[in-house]
Amino acid sequence: MIRLENVSKTYGSGAHAIQALKHVDLHVPKGSIHGVIGLSGAGKSTLIRCVNLLERPTTGSVQVDGEELTRLSGPSLNQARHQIGMIFQHFNLLASRSVYDNIALPLELVGMSKDAIQERVLPLLDLTGLADKADKFPAELSGGQKQRVAIARALSSRPKVLLCDEATSALDPQTTGSILELLKDINQQLGLTILLITHEMEVVKTICHRVGLISDGELVEEADVGDFFTAPRTQLGREFLNDFLELEPPGALVERLEAEPSANSHPVVRLAFSGDAVATPLVSRLARECGVDVSILQAKVESIQGRTLGLMIAELIGNSHDTRAALKYLEAHDLKVEVLGHVQRDA
Amino acid sequence: MSNAMLELILEATLETLYMVGIAGLIAAAAGIPLGVLLYVTRPGQILANPLTQKVLAIVTNVGRSIPFIILMVAIIPFTRLIAGSSIGTNAAIVPLTIAAIPFVARLVEGALNEVPPGLVEAAQSMGATPYQIITKVLLPEAKGGIINGMTITVVTLISYSAMAGAVGGGGLGDLGIRYGYNRFDPVVMLITVAILVVMVQGFQSLGDHLVRKADHK
Ligand SMILES: Nc1ncnc2c1ncn2[C@@H]1O[C@H](COP(=O)(O)OP(=O)(O)O)[C@@H](O)[C@H]1O
Ligand SMILES: [Mg+2]
Repeated sequence: MIRLENVSKTYGSGAHAIQALKHVDLHVPKGSIHGVIGLSGAGKSTLIRCVNLLERPTTGSVQVDGEELTRLSGPSLNQARHQIGMIFQHFNLLASRSVYDNIALPLELVGMSKDAIQERVLPLLDLTGLADKADKFPAELSGGQKQRVAIARALSSRPKVLLCDEATSALDPQTTGSILELLKDINQQLGLTILLITHEMEVVKTICHRVGLISDGELVEEADVGDFFTAPRTQLGREFLNDFLELEPPGALVERLEAEPSANSHPVVRLAFSGDAVATPLVSRLARECGVDVSILQAKVESIQGRTLGLMIAELIGNSHDTRAALKYLEAHDLKVEVLGHVQRDA
Repeated sequence: MSNAMLELILEATLETLYMVGIAGLIAAAAGIPLGVLLYVTRPGQILANPLTQKVLAIVTNVGRSIPFIILMVAIIPFTRLIAGSSIGTNAAIVPLTIAAIPFVARLVEGALNEVPPGLVEAAQSMGATPYQIITKVLLPEAKGGIINGMTITVVTLISYSAMAGAVGGGGLGDLGIRYGYNRFDPVVMLITVAILVVMVQGFQSLGDHLVRKADHK
């Protein structure tokens, strides 16, 4: 539904040029919710704004529903934009218009009659839970209500695609949850394809099917959400995941970590396990089958897209032969194992 | 005070309102579009056009920097061409209007600048044309600021009209000078000043009321 091919975007020129996107390829299939996550300044907004050509890519191709948008301009581009809804971090509602009239705006732009507009707007007020707010003005609404109006407005032209630029970043966690639920409903009920960008793993976890990781203008990693949360392939992906899970080895331990094993040291590992592995009585089996004691330093279990994800930081205590065997055992049972370092036994 | 005097005062009041009203209307009709053009041709704006923007900016700045009293004298031939004479109430309207147009344009440009850029972006994302963005987003969202600007313009025009009156344009300024200064009648002068004060107050209150109605903030 959305296809970006080799998209690059450079702001400015000469010595002041900033390359905000570098050769980005992205494909969002019809009906899916695709997230792009990255740190501030990574190029997320630029990426999503290239999809409806609010920013024109310097090079590359942008297709929405099979139509090459970079070839369009003026009226034909406006025409294509009616098929692409967009919501923003700061809502961007017109203060001079009531809730009803804000939602009606995209329809006024295409010259729809008042009656036809009403037939579109009323069901959207219901869908977004705003039926009693039709005559209110944006200044009278909470942040969550404003974003609901923005969503209704984006949907009024019956777009094929919805773009969300940090749509929940200005909202508190509870309101974020309800807006994400609404987006999920819309995706399921209307089959709407959603591309969203965010810097919050929580958002990705809650509604995305697939996720891309953007860093310094490059898409460095792309995966199903379940895979991304169990086994990110890049260092940045792991950092996002650790921040999200708040699973870092304790500071005192970090100071003692050594990169290389020595005579009297134990490995400290980060284990990620998903699906069936969670249910396995892992710790006791390691002790029994490898003769290794597991000292759990931190552990956490999360449910992501219906998949269970467990994370653990643990010290494997035993002689070097046995701990090596234990690591092999873990890997053989589909656990992601990362050796963080080694600690001396009696430090 | 004689009836004849009262009649003179009433007539002068109406003349002032007439001069200010007509000049204000024409200045709004020309100044608002000019202000919109100044704004939308800025770099990065919906109809960005550096050359047009530069020319318009220079013209408005020149217009605004000429002192009114000099403008009035300098454009006498033009005034005569438009109004058929260089003295009288109608003649006074010409320099008043010319002075007010760039004034309005800059105030409108400033009001448009207060519209959050995100709103224009949202409209663009909906496929709005530049014309639709101006009429459905920029002007309605800047309405309060524009009314505010027009109020300032009208108040300024009232004081300019007193100046115009002094050189034969009629109105309250003319009356105040003729009777108060030349014939040394302080009562008439005080009355004209009082009427001007009430007029300014009235327009300011009306403007503030309209701004409150326009702004849903
Ligand atoms: N209009 C612009 N002009 C110049 N530089 C820009 C512009 N917009 C964004 N940038 C730069 O491009 C980079 C990516 O920005 P952005 O896409 O907004 O990142 P994000 O949304 O991930 O925070 C940043 O370095 C930013 O400063
Ligand atoms: Mg951004």
